[in-house]
Amino acid sequence: MARASIDSVGDGDGDDEALVGRVFQLVREDGTAVDEAALADVPRDLARRLFEGMVRIRVTDARMMALQRQGRSGFYGEAMGQEAAVVGSAAASEPQDWIVPALREAGVGLFRGMTLDSYLAQIFGNAADPSKGRQLPCHPCDRAHHYVVMSSCVSTQIPHAVGIAMAMKIAGDRGKVCFGFMGDGGTSEPDFHVALEFAGTSQAPCVLICQNNQWAISTPGHVQTAAASIALKGVGYGIEAIRADGNDVLAVYHAVKYAADKARRGDGPSFVELVTYRVSAHSSSDDPSRYRDESVTEIWRGTRDPIRRLETYLIGRGWLAAGERDAMAQALEAEVRDAIARQEATPPPALETLIDDVYEQPTWLLREQLAGLVAAPRARAPHQH
Amino acid sequence: MNIIEAVRSALQTQMRADPRVVVLGEDVGKFGGVFRATSGLYDEFGADRVIDTPLAEAGIIGTAIGMALYGLRPVPEIQFGDFIYPAFDQIVNELAKFRYRSGGQYPCPVVIRTPVGGGIRGGHYHSQSPEALFIHTPGLKVVAPSNPYDAKGLLLASMRQNDPVLFMEPKRIYRASKADVPDGEYTIELGKARITREGAQVTVVAWSGMVTIAEDAARLAGEAGISVEVIDLRTLLPFDIDALIASTVKTGRVVIVHEAPRTCGFGAELIASIQERAMAHLEAPILRVTGFDTPFPYSLEHEYLPNPVRVLAAIRQTLEW
Repeated sequence: MARASIDSVGDGDGDDEALVGRVFQLVREDGTAVDEAALADVPRDLARRLFEGMVRIRVTDARMMALQRQGRSGFYGEAMGQEAAVVGSAAASEPQDWIVPALREAGVGLFRGMTLDSYLAQIFGNAADPSKGRQLPCHPCDRAHHYVVMSSCVSTQIPHAVGIAMAMKIAGDRGKVCFGFMGDGGTSEPDFHVALEFAGTSQAPCVLICQNNQWAISTPGHVQTAAASIALKGVGYGIEAIRADGNDVLAVYHAVKYAADKARRGDGPSFVELVTYRVSAHSSSDDPSRYRDESVTEIWRGTRDPIRRLETYLIGRGWLAAGERDAMAQALEAEVRDAIARQEATPPPALETLIDDVYEQPTWLLREQLAGLVAAPRARAPHQH
Repeated sequence: MNIIEAVRSALQTQMRADPRVVVLGEDVGKFGGVFRATSGLYDEFGADRVIDTPLAEAGIIGTAIGMALYGLRPVPEIQFGDFIYPAFDQIVNELAKFRYRSGGQYPCPVVIRTPVGGGIRGGHYHSQSPEALFIHTPGLKVVAPSNPYDAKGLLLASMRQNDPVLFMEPKRIYRASKADVPDGEYTIELGKARITREGAQVTVVAWSGMVTIAEDAARLAGEAGISVEVIDLRTLLPFDIDALIASTVKTGRVVIVHEAPRTCGFGAELIASIQERAMAHLEAPILRVTGFDTPFPYSLEHEYLPNPVRVLAAIRQTLEW
């Protein structure tokens, strides 16, 4: 992969100050190319795969939000408007890499091979859920594709990503990279700073990616930090930092691939800020109209929409036919509806699984408590989502 | 061997047996740890397996979790138990929950070693006994040896099972407690208490640095004609309920000794568990001799810590009830 026009904060070439406000971009909002040479690295098939990956997330999220509103599933956190950041990052990973996600990276898992059924089973918390109905929806886990399960705590996962990368290095497993994701709010948490400290000193092969969607629930970026950019936070820890247009999937792919290639070579970690916008609410429990100017959101939903941008670019190249997006979306939606039908009909986990996996083997305390629960009168289950 | 040497022997034994085992923490590498527990390991196993980290407990535990997810067997050291709180979220919300929240896909076998307890004139922040906070955390095992032989056997057992363990070492007797410890391999099963002294009239339950206090009190009681049984709990979670009930049935009287503050201390859980199962055998209320519900004091440390005189008074009180 050519270095192209990527220019990093902290790379020592003397133009950091100018870069703090600059955002790496390959395709403009109107779908025209910024850097033809760099775009030559993304052939038709890959570009179309990126497009399909983004549409898949859009369609799946829309369907699942509708289900949540109908009371058929619990919580949902969508990635509306951030699909480029998700899919571009995923495409830069290789099968042997590890993914440590935050809330909006399920699409990374899906792009890498997590099945839709597995993803939906987790949302329904049913007996087919690989993590056995243990967590809130949108916390999938897919060990086969090295997709680690997150907690709901913010940024606690970043030290894990660095630790995984440290282990790769200690074990001498060259050619692997660990991707750790976070949001802009996450960069205020102590665990973020601790993780960057360990990443810098260990030079472990990780790529830490911040989807800066400019909102942490109701908290805007300027309340979150006085730093001129989030990428700048990497510099203080001696980590090369890149700032890219998170709504330009080809820029995301190019920037993250650059960082991943570097880690893969053994040349250490990078911190990538992907500037995007949370067009949706934080989650199904949120109402952004109470705290932000939604006319701004409409700009991001409209002219700045990442799917629309890539669609225009692909049509311009002759790589996508007019109307093809609708057909693609319909086919993907049919897949989602079929999977929902299967997973919604799957029963909840058996009562006995309550005490499984607390430890490798249940302790006497757990066995005794389960026996007590089974033997005693039990309340009926409340309304099941 | 003293407890420090026994811990070091366990680490060395397991690091030789299993190349996945790595040690990490503040000052654990070249320096060998502030208590010298990892002394010599850096020279034998190198910087990749004995890792000097930045000074950040959340990072030590957080990266250890990542290493365990990947397949290593990290044994992080938290320099003093009092400094574990920056890592509390990582331990309680992450380490202890990984196996469960992944449906068993991601076990997280991390053994956290940390020195605990007072009696070293360490004041507030070098003396605490925070075991109850972690015993209240589903997914963790909590181990608290009281002597060199148990320290090595329990640490080896901890490193050879697949659940996260908080391994609390009694720093006040790190060097004072000496015993014959085999050089070779042996393990002590987690979850098993040990009767350190047999007796008939009163059971005294203790762990960590309080076991020698309980034994001293039992000796004083013996001189006064009172037969006391001492149980060293050794593993706090899961604790050995069978040993507790058997001794309670035998003596009918129980005194629990711990350094930590009284309210919601682990003694409370033990009392509840014993009375639920052996109420009919109890001849007196179960008593506690504990630290106080104060921050750990510096000048009045000797008053704060349970001592044989206070334990003996409780033994007499339970007999006179």
